[in-house]
Amino acid sequence: MPPKSQLWLLATLVVAGIVSAFSGRIDPYFLDVAMGVGIAVTLAASLNLINGFTGQFSLGHAGFMAVGAYSSAVITTNFGPKLLPLVGGQVWILFPIALVVGGLLAALAGLAVGAPSLRLKGDYLAIVTLGFGEIIKVIFQNVDAVGGARGLVGIPNYTNLFWTFGVAAVTVYVVWALLNSTYGRGFLAVADDEVAAEAMGLNPTRYKITAFVVGSFFAGVAGGLYAHLKGYLNPGGFDFNKSIEIVVMVILGGMGRHVGVILAAILLTVVQEPLRQLGDWRMILYSLLLIVLMITRPQGLFVWPLWKKKNA
Amino acid sequence: MTELLQQLINGLSLGAIYALIALGYTMVYGVLRFINFAHSDVFMIGSYVGFYLAPKLGAGSVLGGLAVLFSAMAACALLGVIIEKLAYKPLRNRSTLTVLITAIGVSLLLQNGGQKLFGPNPRAFPKLFPETQLHFGELTVSSNQLIVLAVSIFLLVMLWWIVHRTRIGTAMRALSFNATAASLVGINNDAVISFTFALGSALAGAGGILYAMNYPSIDPLMGTLPGLKAFVAAVLGGIGNLPGAALGGLLIGLVETFISGTRASTFRDAIAFAILILILLFRPAGLLGKMRVEKV
Repeated sequence: MPPKSQLWLLATLVVAGIVSAFSGRIDPYFLDVAMGVGIAVTLAASLNLINGFTGQFSLGHAGFMAVGAYSSAVITTNFGPKLLPLVGGQVWILFPIALVVGGLLAALAGLAVGAPSLRLKGDYLAIVTLGFGEIIKVIFQNVDAVGGARGLVGIPNYTNLFWTFGVAAVTVYVVWALLNSTYGRGFLAVADDEVAAEAMGLNPTRYKITAFVVGSFFAGVAGGLYAHLKGYLNPGGFDFNKSIEIVVMVILGGMGRHVGVILAAILLTVVQEPLRQLGDWRMILYSLLLIVLMITRPQGLFVWPLWKKKNA
Repeated sequence: MTELLQQLINGLSLGAIYALIALGYTMVYGVLRFINFAHSDVFMIGSYVGFYLAPKLGAGSVLGGLAVLFSAMAACALLGVIIEKLAYKPLRNRSTLTVLITAIGVSLLLQNGGQKLFGPNPRAFPKLFPETQLHFGELTVSSNQLIVLAVSIFLLVMLWWIVHRTRIGTAMRALSFNATAASLVGINNDAVISFTFALGSALAGAGGILYAMNYPSIDPLMGTLPGLKAFVAAVLGGIGNLPGAALGGLLIGLVETFISGTRASTFRDAIAFAILILILLFRPAGLLGKMRVEKV
């Protein structure tokens, strides 16, 4: 019998597939929010590996998301008409390939960013990743082939409930399985005490880069899902504020907790909807909430003394 | 040659503004060891205070302009102290990350509150000082640029005097050297921190006015980019180091102006970050900062 965690993954995928098959009967507004939730969980779980479990502080997750979003969108939009016949006109083959390529390119960007900058710590690392995120945004604004500052339009709407929840489930599973492997314990060791981890013979820089690359990969895949959900990409949408949104999910979920971060991602995405009616007050309320929560509950929303922290 | 000198003057006047904002980042980092993300929005508030007060204080004359400048500085100093008391003071001795996220929250609050209060659309900033163009040979210098330089130099000298020649300045330096030891010798750390915020925010307010004089279109999100660049300037000079912040600001202003004059001008905003990344990789302590060895 396979381990319990793999059964969970399988069950989630099957449920996502079945629900997706009936998605025509689900209210489109509800469907849209549900897919947004799936993408948010993917983003939060992947950032949790970097910020939560490995103890780094990345503020550039939206940049990696942008790399994945643009590259997969270019594949399906610009090359789609040529590539589709090659896979027998089957979207369900082309789309995951595009997503994975987007993820790989994002991972490559993660490697390029991580390798030089992970020698830095704390707020310096935060600022460098923020800088990289902004540079990626400026580059997309200046490349005319992907629409420049006007944005990329006409991306096919391939994203459905199955893909968003499937990817979210795979992301959570991979992060979970990675951390519970012999190799993966090193991430937690690096987060706890870098010097001690090094003294034990671990290579902290390698662990940090691995976390960065894996996290960026899933951010890129989530970007691809986002692109094929909205059908339109605008470089301004991947700015600092988007990165902050993901960081807030990880922090309110309680850095380095699997379930808490998933709950926070769901909560923060769903809560946006009723808040939309408030118009301008929405963001004011959001920022006030952020300050108050940081002062009163810095350990995260879903953390009580009764809940034993499992992985750290 | 003329072109070069012209760009030099433009770059210096932009750099002087960055220097003023960078000083605020560096001072707060010196006493509290965290990046005050809300600083760039205090800068924005400074511009808006100027915008609303200009008609009331008789802007357009030298005296009126100075009155607007100093009231914006006073308003920002007050705002800085309020932010510190409400948002940062409850977080003393918490992890840097918590404070950093709170600072981002304050920044978002000021930006979105600004959009609600001032309206999201850009406004035209009024003339504060009488304007003329001065010609030196083929060189054109606007009076605004000279005012920016003069005011910045004056404020930098004042800051130097406060930090090095007054009791409270000595206390500031003691606090950034060793907070525990400072409180042991009878320094009221909370008062000094408040004063630091007031000083840094006043400089940001002055920066806001001077920036709006040269780029007379203001909006509630205007603070973000100059703020980030000024932060880069602070890191470039060595964060926590006052002359370093001033030097870094001037350098960033110069580089940005020269880049704007070339074909790569659309990448202007990315340049500051590229500089930041290079400096952190090769000289993480900054140009004038001291390298520290990590001890276990």
